[in-house]
Amino acid sequence: MKVKVLYFAKLRELFGMEGEVIELPGERAYAAAIVDLLRKRGEPWSTQLGLDSGNRMAVNQTLAGLVTPVQDGDEVAIFPPVTGG
Amino acid sequence: MKILVQESDFDPGAEIAALHAGRPKVGAVASFVGLVRDHSEGERVTTLTLEHYPAMTEKSLREIVEQAMGRWDLLDVTVIHRIGRLMPQDRIVFVGVASMHRGDAFAACEFVMDYLKTRAPFWKKEGTPEGDRWVEARSSDDVAADRWEDKR
Repeated sequence: MKVKVLYFAKLRELFGMEGEVIELPGERAYAAAIVDLLRKRGEPWSTQLGLDSGNRMAVNQTLAGLVTPVQDGDEVAIFPPVTGG
Repeated sequence: MKILVQESDFDPGAEIAALHAGRPKVGAVASFVGLVRDHSEGERVTTLTLEHYPAMTEKSLREIVEQAMGRWDLLDVTVIHRIGRLMPQDRIVFVGVASMHRGDAFAACEFVMDYLKTRAPFWKKEGTPEGDRWVEARSSDDVAADRWEDKR
């Protein structure tokens, strides 16, 4: 399955991209599977996406967590805690 | 309900007036305007750039306002949030709430701001004489949002 992954703010700058399409095995997975895959790339991914990084996720434009299910065609965003207002 | 995400400035007076114009039921309008400060963490701030997640921003603001409308007796709500490059003293955000009585308007206005601060996908980057830096989220904002969880 393929999911569109988007990065914002500090993560977008550090990863040097706004987003990408990632391929995962199977038809469904937890959002955590995406983070695990990205962390295996090494730095800066492994540090920035560490479990203590405090980052947030959204699946299909709704706030989500590591155990949120994702499927083919979903849009998954990873970003630092928001600072609007 | 009016939700706007825009680069341009807004007129708080006109927005407040629009919330009660021609609506004799409105007895109270509470509003909040957030502004760019010229100092942060002891450093001078010369610019503030706001990034957002376009596909999600409006949707998340709408959900926050819908929650407020479910909790309090509201007649209308306006939320305007600016994006792009701003300067000290510029307006960033407007929240206006119209209701019959002031208690609902005051509470809902604060609720919308507290939730916006912790749930709407905006990120601030400050320009300082030392260079640019991303603004870190404050735990006090989480505390402010959390207190609505058990206060009904």
